[in-house]
This record gives sequence, C-alpha cells and structure tokens, in this order.
Amino acid sequence: MTRFRLLACALALILPIPALANPALQAVVDGNIDQIERPSRLTVGPLVAEIAATGPEGLALLQAWAGRDLSLTDDGRLLIAGDPPLDAVTGDLAPGAEGSALRPNSGVRGVIESALVTGLLSDPDPARRASALDTLARGGTFEQLQALRGALDDPDPALAARKARLERLLTIQVGEDNAARVNAINDLAGDVGLDFRAALNPLLATRTVAAPEPPDGANVARELTPGGDDLPRDAALAQLVQQDLLQPPLTRDGLRGVLAQHIVDGKVGGIPVADLSSPDARDRAYEALEAAGTVPPAATDAEAEAALEANRFFQLYAETDPAVTDAAAAAQTRAQVRLAAMTTIDLGLDALSLASIYFLAAIGLAVTFGVMRVINMAHGEFIMMGAYTGYTVQTLIADRTLSLIVALPLAFAMTFVAGVVLYRLVIRHLAHRPLETLLATFGVSIALQQLAKNIFGTQARPLTSPAWLEGSITVNDVIGVSSIRVAIFVLALMFLGLFLFIMKRTRLGLEVRAVTQNPGMAASMGINPDRIAMLTFGLGSGIAGIAGIAIGLFAQVTSELGQGYIVQSFMTVVVGGVGNIWGTLAGATLIGGLSKVIESLNPANTLAAQTFMILFIIIFIQFRPRGIIPQRGRAAEA
Amino acid sequence: MTRKPFILQSPSILVVLAVLAVFTVAVTVLSHAYGSGVIPTSTVKVFGMTLCLALAAVAMDLVWGYLGILSLGQMAFFALGGYMIGQWLMYARTESIVAVQLAQSPIPPTALELQEAVANQIFGVVGSADLPLVWSFAHSLPLQMLLVVVVPGLLALVFGWLAFRSRVNGVYLSILTQAMTLALALWLFQNDSGFRGNNGLSGLQNLPGLEGVDQATLSVWFLWASAAALGVFYLLAAWVVSGKFGSVIRAIRDDETRVRFLGYPVEGFKLVVFTLAAMITAVAGALYYPQAGIINPAELMPIASIYLAVWVAIGGRGRLYGAVIGAVVVSLLSSWFTGGRAPDLNLGVYVVNWVDWWQVALGLSFVLVTLFAPKGIAGIFDRLAGVMPPSRRGLDLGADQGALQEQEAKA
Amino acid sequence: MSKLTKILMLTSAVALAQTAHAQEGEPIKIGVLHSLSGTMAISETTLKDTVLMLVEQQNAKGGVLGRPLEAVVVDPASDWPLFAEKARELLTVSDVDAIFGCWTSVSRKSVLPVIEELNGLLFYPVQYEGEESSKNVIYTGAAPNQQAIPAVDYMRDELGVEKWALLGTDYVYPRTTNNILDAYLKDNGVAEEDIFVNYTPFGHSDWSKIVADVVALGADGKKVGVVSTINGDANVGFYKELAAAGVSADDIPVMAFSVGEEELSGLDTANLVGHLAAWNYFQTAESDANTDFITGWHEFTNPERVTNDPMEATMIGFNAWVAAVEKAGTTDVDPVLDAIVGVEVPNLTGGTATVLPNHHITKPVLIGEIREDGQFDIVSQTDPVPGDAWTDFLPESAVLDADWPGKDCGMFNTDTQTCVQVQSNY
Repeated sequence: MTRFRLLACALALILPIPALANPALQAVVDGNIDQIERPSRLTVGPLVAEIAATGPEGLALLQAWAGRDLSLTDDGRLLIAGDPPLDAVTGDLAPGAEGSALRPNSGVRGVIESALVTGLLSDPDPARRASALDTLARGGTFEQLQALRGALDDPDPALAARKARLERLLTIQVGEDNAARVNAINDLAGDVGLDFRAALNPLLATRTVAAPEPPDGANVARELTPGGDDLPRDAALAQLVQQDLLQPPLTRDGLRGVLAQHIVDGKVGGIPVADLSSPDARDRAYEALEAAGTVPPAATDAEAEAALEANRFFQLYAETDPAVTDAAAAAQTRAQVRLAAMTTIDLGLDALSLASIYFLAAIGLAVTFGVMRVINMAHGEFIMMGAYTGYTVQTLIADRTLSLIVALPLAFAMTFVAGVVLYRLVIRHLAHRPLETLLATFGVSIALQQLAKNIFGTQARPLTSPAWLEGSITVNDVIGVSSIRVAIFVLALMFLGLFLFIMKRTRLGLEVRAVTQNPGMAASMGINPDRIAMLTFGLGSGIAGIAGIAIGLFAQVTSELGQGYIVQSFMTVVVGGVGNIWGTLAGATLIGGLSKVIESLNPANTLAAQTFMILFIIIFIQFRPRGIIPQRGRAAEA
Repeated sequence: MTRKPFILQSPSILVVLAVLAVFTVAVTVLSHAYGSGVIPTSTVKVFGMTLCLALAAVAMDLVWGYLGILSLGQMAFFALGGYMIGQWLMYARTESIVAVQLAQSPIPPTALELQEAVANQIFGVVGSADLPLVWSFAHSLPLQMLLVVVVPGLLALVFGWLAFRSRVNGVYLSILTQAMTLALALWLFQNDSGFRGNNGLSGLQNLPGLEGVDQATLSVWFLWASAAALGVFYLLAAWVVSGKFGSVIRAIRDDETRVRFLGYPVEGFKLVVFTLAAMITAVAGALYYPQAGIINPAELMPIASIYLAVWVAIGGRGRLYGAVIGAVVVSLLSSWFTGGRAPDLNLGVYVVNWVDWWQVALGLSFVLVTLFAPKGIAGIFDRLAGVMPPSRRGLDLGADQGALQEQEAKA
Repeated sequence: MSKLTKILMLTSAVALAQTAHAQEGEPIKIGVLHSLSGTMAISETTLKDTVLMLVEQQNAKGGVLGRPLEAVVVDPASDWPLFAEKARELLTVSDVDAIFGCWTSVSRKSVLPVIEELNGLLFYPVQYEGEESSKNVIYTGAAPNQQAIPAVDYMRDELGVEKWALLGTDYVYPRTTNNILDAYLKDNGVAEEDIFVNYTPFGHSDWSKIVADVVALGADGKKVGVVSTINGDANVGFYKELAAAGVSADDIPVMAFSVGEEELSGLDTANLVGHLAAWNYFQTAESDANTDFITGWHEFTNPERVTNDPMEATMIGFNAWVAAVEKAGTTDVDPVLDAIVGVEVPNLTGGTATVLPNHHITKPVLIGEIREDGQFDIVSQTDPVPGDAWTDFLPESAVLDADWPGKDCGMFNTDTQTCVQVQSNY
C-alpha cells in the first residue's frame, strides 16, 4: 500500500493542478459513486474495467478498494486510508478528512483483483506475484493467459514453476485453439492435482438427451440403453416427459383432482363419492369418465413403450470438439487409478491420526486396568484437566511455543497428582471391588466436570497451536494431513516408546509387571503393591493429561471434552485386550481405522458411522471376549 | 421347614405397599382434579414420574443388587418403552386430526392417503414425509403396548445371550452395556432411523380419545397407574428374589464359578433376570413419558443409566426398598436443587449457588456413600433392625476373596 | 448503626424508589424460561439477562399500564421434558402473563402443548426451521426465508458459488433448513450432484475426513461454498481443520447460520477472517438504537459482554408485547394477541419490525464477514423481509398459510381452503 501512496504522492507533486489530477477517473467516480458504495459482483465488472483504464491513479484506487482501505466522505470524495489519508482521485493528502469505510464483499474483491492481475504478474514483490497467481488460479481470461505467457520468467523458481503450470491449466480452459488445448491436456495427463481435475471435469460434463437420431454436430459421449444401470426405465420415461415427447402419466393426486372436478349429484361416473375411498373405485370412475368422453384418456403403458422405442438416449458433451474431450477423457482415465490409491492413502493417514488420538486417550486407562483391574471413570475428566491446564498456561504465557513447552509437563504433573490423590483417597479403599470403584470414580467424574463448568464456564475455550504447527503437510492435493495431527502422532509414538522403556528397562517396570501378574507373590518378594499401584495410577493419569492437550489443540476445550473420548477409550482397551500396551495399540488402530472406513462408506452421515462402530465392537467382543491380544497365564484368571 | 409366604418374610414389603397407598391417596385428595388443589398439577406430574423412576430403580436393583450385573444401559430399556408407547400416542393423535381434515375434501381419502397424510404431519417437522417401517404397528394401541415389553425384552435377551454366552462379566459387561445404550442413542439421534431424531416424540401428554379430559385429571390418573405398576412389580420383584430362585441369583452374584460348578445353568438364570428387569424398566418408561410429554434420544445417553445406578447405590443395593428410597429421594432432591429454588448457602467468603454446586455435592456424596456406607440409606434400616455386616474396609478377610462374602450376604 | 436501622433505611429506600416511578397496583409477572445450567446455559443465560435488563429499563420508564413488571426466572436445565414442566409451573403456579424463553427447537416443541393447553403466550427469540405457527407463540427469530434463502442468494450472486456443501449438526433445524435449501437450489437449476450434504453429531471433533471431502468437491472446477448449520462447540474443530487444510475464505467461503458474536468470543478468530455469517443483527450495526442497546447492556452486565442476534429478537419481542399490552389495555392473552398483530417496533439495525398475522415478524437479512476481533463486517443488508411460517420451497408446505386474525388458523391449506389444524404439530 505504501508503494502506491508514494507513487500517488509523487504524481501529486509533479502535476501542476492537483485538484484534477486525473479527470477521467474523476468522471468515472462521480458517475458511479452509488455503485462504488454498494458494489455487486454481478455488475461491478465494467466499472472496475473503466477505473483500471484511467491509469495509475485508477489502479491505486482499485488496490485500496480491494484492500478495504478506501472510505467515502459525506461530500462524495474517496479517501485512501493512511495517516493522513489521501484523496483517491486527486492524489492529494487530505488531512483531517473522514469517511465511512467501504467494505466490498469478497466476490467484488475477486473481480477487482482479477482486473489488477496482469499488472502484478511481473511485480518486484514476490508476495504480490504469488497473490496474483492465486487470483489467476481461480479463473482467467484469454488476455490474462497472454499476459501470463509474457511473464513466465520468474526469479523465484517456485513461482516460475507455478506460472508454468498455471499457463498450461489456463490454456486448457481458455486456450487460443483446440490443438493448443489438446497439447496442454496431454502435457499434464496423469496428474492428480485438484486444479488439473478442476480444469478437465468441466470439459467432460455431459447432459442426457432423448432423440430419434444423434443430434447434428453434437459431441456424443455415449449412447445409453433405457432399462440399463446407467439409465433406469423410470429415468428414461422422466426424460421423455421432460422433453415433451411423452404425456405425463396420471398421478394419484392428479386422478383425485380430476374426479373432484366431475362430481355430479354426489356421484362420479356413476360411482357414489362415498365409495371413492378405494383406489379400485377411483380407477373405475375414471374409466367411466373416459368412456363418456368427459376426460382425455390417460397415458397408457403402450404409449410409453412406443415413445421408448422411437427414441434413443445420448449423453452429450458440452464441449463440441471430440479431439478435446477425447484427450481429456484419456487424461482422466490415466489419473483415476492413481487417484483411488492416493485417496486410500489419505484415508489411511486420517485413520492413523485418529488411532493415535485414541491410543493417547486410552493408554492411561489400559495401564490402570491392567495393574489394578479397576476402571477409572474419571479418566475422561483427567483428559479435560490436561486440556484446561493447557488453556490456562496459554492465557498466562503469550508465546505459544513456550506455553506449549510449559503446558505439557505441567499437565502431566497436574493429572499425575490428581491421579495419586484419587488413588489414595478412593481407589485404595475399594480394592477388589471393581464395580464399586467404577461407581465411585464416576462420582468423582461428575464432580470434576461440574467444577470445570463452575471455574471455566460452559463455553468452549480456545487452545491454539503455535504457528509452526498450523497448516498441513501435503504430498499433493489428495494426500495431506494437518501438522497438528502429525505432532499428535509423534507424541503417541513417543509415549509408546517411553512406556515400553519404563516397563522393560526400569526397576519400576519390573515391579509393575510383577504386581500385574501376581500381587500376592510380588508382595512377598518385597515389592509394595500399594506403592506400585499408586505410581501406575499416577502415570496413567499423567498421560491422560498429555492427551488432553493434544485433543484440545485440534478440537475444542470444554468441560465435556473427556466425555466424548471416554467410551471410545474403554472400547479401545476392551477390544485391544488388557494389560498389554500392544493390545491397546492394536485396539486403537482397529477402532480408528474402522471408524474412517465406515465414515468413507457413508460420507453423508457421520453419526451412523459411530453407531455401526459400536455395534461392531459389541459383536467383536463375542468372538474375542478377551480382546485382540489377550492376557495369558495366571494373571488372566484373576 | 415350611417357608413363610414371601410377602411375610420381611416386613418391608408390606410397609412399602402401605406407604405407597397412603402417598397416592394423599396426593389425590390434595390434587386439583379430585381434592383441595393444594398440590399443583405440575407437582402431581413430578410425583407420578418419580414413581416410574422408582420402578426402574427396583428393576436396576434386581440386576445389580441381586444378580451382580452393573448394567449401565438400563435406561435404554426405559426409553425404548417410552418410544413404543409414544409412537401410538403420536400416530393416533395425528390420525384423528388428519381424518377430520381429509373428510372435508370432496373425495373421501383412501387408507393409503390417510396414512401418507399422517406421516407427513409427523415427519414433516423433521423434513421427511414417508412413514418408516418401524411405525408399522403405530396405529394399534394393543400392538404397541405389546411392543413396550417385547422390544426391550428382545433387546435384553439378544444382548444378554451374546454377552453371557461368551462369559463377559464384571467391568467388561458394564462397559458393554454402556456401549449398547450409546449405540442406541446415536442411532435414534439420526433422522434416518425414523424416530424423528433429536426432536424425538412430543406432545405425548395429550391422550388420543381423551381430548375432553384436562391435564389435572390425567396427571392423577397417571399417578394411580404409576403407583399401581410400582406396587405390582415391587411384589413381583420381591417374589423373584425370595425363595430358591432368589438364592441362586444371589449366589451367582457372590461367586458365579462356584454356582456353575454346582450344576446350575448360570447363563439361563442371568438371562431370565436381565430380561425381566428390562421389561419392568420398559413398563416404567411407558408410564413415564406420557407424563413428561416428550421423549428424545438424550434420555438414553449413558449418563442417564449411570444416574439410575447412583440412585440405587445411595438408596442401598440388594434391598428393593432401598432402590425405591434412593430413586425418590435423590431425584426429588436433584430437581429441587437444580430448580433454582434451593436457598443459596452463604459460607462467608463464598456464596454457594446450588444450581452450580449441586452436581459437585452429588458426585462427592456418591463417593462417600460408596466408601463409607456401601449399603446406602437402606443401611440405616439394617442398623435399626440390628443386622450388622462384618467390617472389612475393602480388604480381604480370610484365606481368599470370597471368605466373608457369605456373612455379608446374610446381612 | 444498628442492624435494625439499616433494614429500616433499606426498606424506606425501596419504598421511595417505587413511589418515584409512580407505579401502583399488583406487579405484572412475566416468565423467563431459559436454561441456566446444562449444555444450553451458555447461550440461554445471556437471554435471561437480556429480559431482566429490559424489565429494569421498562420499570424505570414507569412500567406497563402503570404497573411494575416482575420477572419470574426458572431453570429448565437444558432438559427438554423439564421445559414443559416449568412452563406449566409458570402458567399455573406463578400466573405469568407472558413467557420469554426457549432456544432449541426441541425445547419449543416440548413447551408448545402446554402453552396451547393453558392458553399462554410465548415469545421465541431464536432463528429456527419454520414449518410452524402457533396461536400462542410469537416467533421473533428468523424463519428460513429470513436467513437461509437470502444467504444462499448472496453466495450464488456475490461469491459465485456453484457447488454446495451443506454441513450440519444432526438435528431438526439443520435437517429442515437443508431440505429447504436443497429444494431451493434445485429450483434454481443446481444439479443434484452439485449438492453435498453431511450431518455430524453434537460436539463432533474429528473433522479431517469431512474437510477433505469438501475440498475434493472442487475437482469439478466449480466454486465450492459451504453452508454451515453446525451447532455450538463443534464449530471450533471445524474451523481449525479448515484453516489447517489451507482453505481460505476466498477459496471456499463458509456461510454459518449458528455462529455469532457470542460463539466467536470463545475462539481464536485469526483463521476465520473472511468467512461469513447470516443473521438479522450484528453488534456492528450502525444505528442509534443499537448504540443505546449496547451501552445499556454493558451497564447492566459488564463491558466485555457482546450482543447478538437472539438478544435483539428478545428485545423486539419484549417491546412488541409492551406495545400490545398498552394497546389492549390489559395483559390477558387473547386481547393481547389480537392487539399484537400489526404492532411496529424499532429494531436495532435502523428499521422497524412488524408483527405479522402469522405471528412472525419482519426482519432485514444481514450478511457479515468475520473480522479479526471477533466482530462482523456487514457486507450486505436487505430491506425487512416478512417471515414465512410455511416455506414456499417444499411442496407440502407451499400450500399452507398462517393467518391468525383473519382465518384463526396457523395451518391453513390454501388449496382446499380449510384449516388443517388449529393446534400445532409437535
């Protein structure tokens, strides 16, 4: 913006009569002030072109307009925002002038930016060139294509590549002749980029037409057989009716309406009205009317059959040149297999991400269940505590990276302590009464949830990820996963590793395994089962706190956050099999993967996917009641 | 030794029935419709609904307190009962409206047209117009009343058979029942399932065919019906847990494996009690929702079933009257505290507003009851009667885990 | 100062305050039926405060009919059956003359039979799916033709959207709204395959697949737009995932019907800039009435609270009721209902709202683009649109009409010229 203002200032200094620096622009603005104030995408095009044609001041005005830096004073002058503001038409500084800001909507901004594109393609500022390319990627004209061809060289190799690709794409869309377009298509054939498919698909759009012979000059994609899979008989008939080649059949409502019009002395066609509550009687009444000639005969099946015989059904391309459509179809076919594979990979990534979240949420639960045979219903609330810890730290420490670094161990510590307290106060006293533990911890769960509501309110709180975790890692337009999910995946891996290390390589792990297998024997070997249970409970809760931060980063932090994951976590533990980290991993992978597969089979209804998921688990338990990786040996009998 | 008739085995049965009768008569003479009008109609409805909840708690006590299965999906049966009766209530009410409307048109409607118009009225609100298959019997009250017990009963039978057969028990089973009710709730939440999704079935308080009777009267009728159902099923439950059958199911609760070794078909016993409890719960639901006026899938989210377990635990497990007391006391207290009418508690530094803090208090009191008074409120009566359980503070006493459980069972 | 004198002084102060306003007679009671606990508390508590503020302001002006107003607040706790119970309590025990309340459709449907049975009067202030007109309810929120249809027109005309993703939470408002939009778009020549519909559960958090689906819609080379009826917290995850996928408002604009100032105040809005919302009021509306309203609100609560559309609707309902009571000279429901149709009260966007014979009101439609500060830039504002109880875009509803003063019917079939039913569908 400064650049343009400088330019305008410079112009203002050079030109002797600043009040009328650009009379053409003045005229355009004066004549269209209403439209400038309330522009519409549908009508603003010509005006933008007129303004752009008036020279650099016009372009500066457009630039300001698109950037929402333009305001309108009461006496009808346009100001470009700044300190002091600048009169957009004269280029004069206008200190003290004030106007109401103009806020063109994004459609109008798009039109303006499109008009500015040609000038910006060779702009010295790379950011501007990139934004010009963004604009062009949304669609361009032949003139813009030519401008692009003139500006293909770019010092920035990435931008140069983008320009080259965009040139090919625009050629497909608005290229000078069909040979050039076919060439462009062939150049990019096999590419799975969204932009390339977006350029191809409009070429391959078809419409269905019924006609005795193929229409002249039409580019026929293929002929359809009525009654086949692609064109059911009903659809074919509907097509005929739509083209007025067949009289529409009499519907039930239609029949009723006709009969109602012909009531004579309480009878229709000799049948008393009171009897017309049966479909048969209605048909007979209509036939009687037909016989009497009062109503035209309804369309019969024979007529429909004849119309079907007389007509053929064609799918026609909107694009008239077969060479172009053939090339496009070939290019699309080549892309299809790769596309399907990539969609599957993308789905796999989604599933992996979901699985890692479930794993993080469930691992603590699995640990405590494995060691103590108790289910901690407040586990979900520990997840929530972790998330709120993250939120609170973020409100205290502005730097998001730092706050995350502080929040992770803090959340672990908070929930570790909470877990230990819960163990000492409640769970220890309920040993060997797992159902009562379940209920008591549920009491803790509702109390904690309400406490969170009382402290933080019921509204969702933001837990924002640092800038380096925003955005996504994309392989191409199909395969992509947001960075935050990758981070969560890495976190899950780290905890898997940490957990394995503790269990297999440390004294604590050895003792935990001993207590898990046989508490009595472990105790007689000098291990304090109570201490071990307390530590594992704390560890499990601590990991829940970390999971809370992870979940909060990609979703919302509410007091009900834990609730949403607790049942899934139970499922993960139950499906995977208790007392074994690999079981939990297997359970999480199965549940995450299956959720995504079901979701992709029924994209319109995510709720149905969840229902089927749970049903599947209930049935799965029938066949593997001890989970995928069951516990073996004596511990399994306990 | 001849057994006394089960009704005389414990004075509690007669006491409960007497209290119930006195309560019903008292509410009736104080109601708007049949008496002085001291108790407003909305309160009569609350009492009627509370009796239904008490009935559900009795069924819960059967499965949990006596059979040892902590079912966290009991409210699924409750809501299913409500849905089944709700289907008829909605259909019949809408049909009478639509029939009048269509009779005004020049051509009398066919049966199909009538049905379509009804469907359009019921489902137009949720953006659909066809009558789903699950509504096939909605036109008939006897069929739908049969479904009230058949559908939940079948669900319990199939689910129980699958679960018990593969020896899923303990916490596993609890979690599985919770998953069941969650799956059912999610399914009902979908519009496509044909039960009007999140909107549920509403306007259930208006009984078709009884348009002339006002709600004040209806509320008392429903109170009677709820009280009668509670009385009858309380007797049934008391009969089931008395006698030999009762001994076996308590034995299953205390040590399933031993009972199996003794040759009893454990799965059969479990299945019978689980299914029976589901049916009783469904009847309670069928009486509850016409008083509440609306049923929607939120009613069978897992949390509702857990609350049911909470009531039974606070009232006292393994005591049928404990379940009744728990349900009545806790649900009435809950509605009083969350209703915003409980006076704030001024602690000097902080004013406790019960709307906010009731849940915290409930949760904590629940922990305390589990820890210190596992017998709940019913434990007080035990103490009065001089029955003292051995104190073991959660620890094993004796050689193995079961050693003292026999004495505890006696207590 | 002894405790007794304190109390004495306090009572005399109260007495003085009352005489100062020259209010005599029994107070007029109005009920406030909004959840103060449970999931809906966050939204509904604001409306309770709004009613209390309006009552206070009205009493300062001398009350209604020379009598003071008294608000009876109850808490239905986001529990739908409890709404019916509390409504009955308000009407029979507290004897209120009007009720301001409800947020969700299901709570309204729960209350309807009770209100109609006991001939109460409910002012419902939230945008809803339409297909209803009750004798005893005044709908001051937007019907679909006052929000959804103009918003879609805007997206088509101003943003050039050709392919539509209708994303919603699975409940009645999104379902019905999407049905209406689906029919409307098809009437306007949009092909079946250019409309993608998806429903998610309340509080949904795993949006990766759905966002990927929406992005993939662009493969046709048509401009994709999202119409979001996603409710509440789930929006947070949705917008986060959109931003992570690198989708800007210029590529795929999202038009939300349930995201307002209140919802945005709990969000990091940096990634949302440029996405849209359609309402009948934004806090940024420029009018004197709005400035006064916001000042009053900040004085009544605290300066950080934002205002939003349902608050404006509550205010319009309250003022319409006051005007109708003054006109009728009584607070009895039937005369007030007769008087209220045709009542015109100022709204906060510089125009007026008229109560229509179908018990809906006229409202302008505003489209706002989200700004960084969580407020909206108003980019489009229409003239007041009359609310349509029965949509014209679904065949079953197109023939229906609601006209209480004229036909004494909220569901009048214009084909057969008969009243389908006087009571509402619930």
